[in-house]
Amino acid sequence: MKRLAVVVVLAVAASAPAWVWNPYHLHTLIMAGIFAVLALSLNLLLGYTGQLSLGHAAFFGIGAYATALLTVKLEWSPWIGLGAATLVPAVTGWVIGRLALKLRGAYFVLLTISFAGVISLVSVNWMDLTNGPLGLPGVPPVEIALPGLPRLSLRTKSAYYYLVFAAVVGCYLVCLALIRSRVGRALIALRENEALAESVGIDGTHYLVLAAMMSAGMAGLGGGLYAHYTRFVSPEVFLFSYTVTMVIMVVAGGKGTLAGPVVGAVIFTVLPEALRALTSWQWQMLLYGILLIVVLFFMPKGIVPTLLEGRRRA
Amino acid sequence: MEQLLQHLLNGLLLGATYSLLGVGLTLVFGLMNVVNFAHGEFYTLGAYAVFAALVGASIDFFVAIPLAVMVGAAAGAICERCLLRPLRGASIDTIMLVMIGLWIAMQNAELLGWGGVAKSVPTPFPSRPVVFGPVSVSLLRIFVFLVSAALILGAHLLLARTKLGRAMRATFQDRETAALMGVQVERIHTVTFALGAGLAAAAGALLGPVFLVYPSMGDLASLKAFSVVILGGLGNFVGAALGGLVLGVAEELGAGYVSSGYRDAVGFIIIVAVLLLRPSGLFARAERVG
Repeated sequence: MKRLAVVVVLAVAASAPAWVWNPYHLHTLIMAGIFAVLALSLNLLLGYTGQLSLGHAAFFGIGAYATALLTVKLEWSPWIGLGAATLVPAVTGWVIGRLALKLRGAYFVLLTISFAGVISLVSVNWMDLTNGPLGLPGVPPVEIALPGLPRLSLRTKSAYYYLVFAAVVGCYLVCLALIRSRVGRALIALRENEALAESVGIDGTHYLVLAAMMSAGMAGLGGGLYAHYTRFVSPEVFLFSYTVTMVIMVVAGGKGTLAGPVVGAVIFTVLPEALRALTSWQWQMLLYGILLIVVLFFMPKGIVPTLLEGRRRA
Repeated sequence: MEQLLQHLLNGLLLGATYSLLGVGLTLVFGLMNVVNFAHGEFYTLGAYAVFAALVGASIDFFVAIPLAVMVGAAAGAICERCLLRPLRGASIDTIMLVMIGLWIAMQNAELLGWGGVAKSVPTPFPSRPVVFGPVSVSLLRIFVFLVSAALILGAHLLLARTKLGRAMRATFQDRETAALMGVQVERIHTVTFALGAGLAAAAGALLGPVFLVYPSMGDLASLKAFSVVILGGLGNFVGAALGGLVLGVAEELGAGYVSSGYRDAVGFIIIVAVLLLRPSGLFARAERVG
């Protein structure tokens, strides 16, 4: 039953470019995929370690800038760019994790906000590197150049969709492997009872830093994918609303589950686009705020766990 | 030298409003243990209330400010009743997420209601600065400083000297015992949150006329309030008051001598540095971090 459901979901998602004709709808799906990567990334921290990072837009933005700078200024291959978009934020996440994960709860949140604030100010003010508020236009499209075959440019939406789709599946599998491993069990033990976990020999800081590093790398990959898709990077990638959107997706979808963030990402990308005809962006953010409160009041576990529980009970 | 004096003066004048923000937050964050990310939104609310009273209803400037404080306190009381009371006993993280939701909702409601264009608040003070020897300062700034100082002192006396203040401290030290002694603990929760929100609204009402009023002004105010609270030590009233002055001066010096583009980074850097190096705050005696 469960296996069948997975196959159906994968088949529907993989064949989407064949039956989604409207390019705008396909664009929405691509954005949903990028946000799924981001939500999976935030969920590693918020869902499995219980630490809320409100600076996740920083890793997203660093990833976007890493690949944009390498491909625009040095004209390196976008593949190296995407690698750097994962690696540079991962290293940053490791450093931030080493420093910040001495703290827990509200203090960790404040530290991550501050980090994102500083990075955002740097992106605006360091004109020589980032071009300041003007941003970096002309990020090249991703190309696949296999020996013996003609160059395949992922310039079209349907081709890019598959790249993003592969990234979502990849990130999902990485998360799955992590959660099922010793590391995952250690993280969950730390989330549930840190003192107890440490008393049986789990090195709390070590595992939390590892989770922070992987989470940051994944968020950076999301940023890299975003940069090569929109082909333009500006300090707007550091906007706090990106972080807020990720938090809503994870909390509403179901933190601490793997399907939850993905479902949350799809719902909260498709829904606002569907409502766009009716409402403006400000209404959308207002609704996000109210919805976050409503979900916490009435569905504190999130959509996916609540639905699963309901099915089990029935 | 003259420039330094001017920076120090500006910093102290600005810092007093940061102290006001921090004092309001330290009540809610330190006493109630609510990580109030919506603090800056009450600040914004105060600023818009002054603007609405002055421009919309043409009420006198000196009446509009206390009015704005009351609007902020009332909004705080409503939030406490509707959002925090049902969640009593919920984990601090759930409440934090609810406050984040409130922050986003309030900010975008303001954006919808007032539009994104920054508004300037007219004041009865002359715009020409008064010159004291080597430094000059506007009368409005002096007024803002004096009112902030008076409000901080008033809140301190309320907390330290009155029956209500004692009930507040008792409630958050030991809820059950306080209730047994006849303290109406639920009401104390509401009053404390309303006081914190009212102080934030007061800061907004005072700084709105100095700067401009716009929907996202609360974001930086929240962060500054948090940096002041962290600087002063959680729940430390005097620490928050001093922390505000330190932040104000540090910002002025940073903007004057380093780079004005990084002015707002000072608060962030203070948060990072204090949390990493001295997590109990600069003015704390005993270590305590949750």
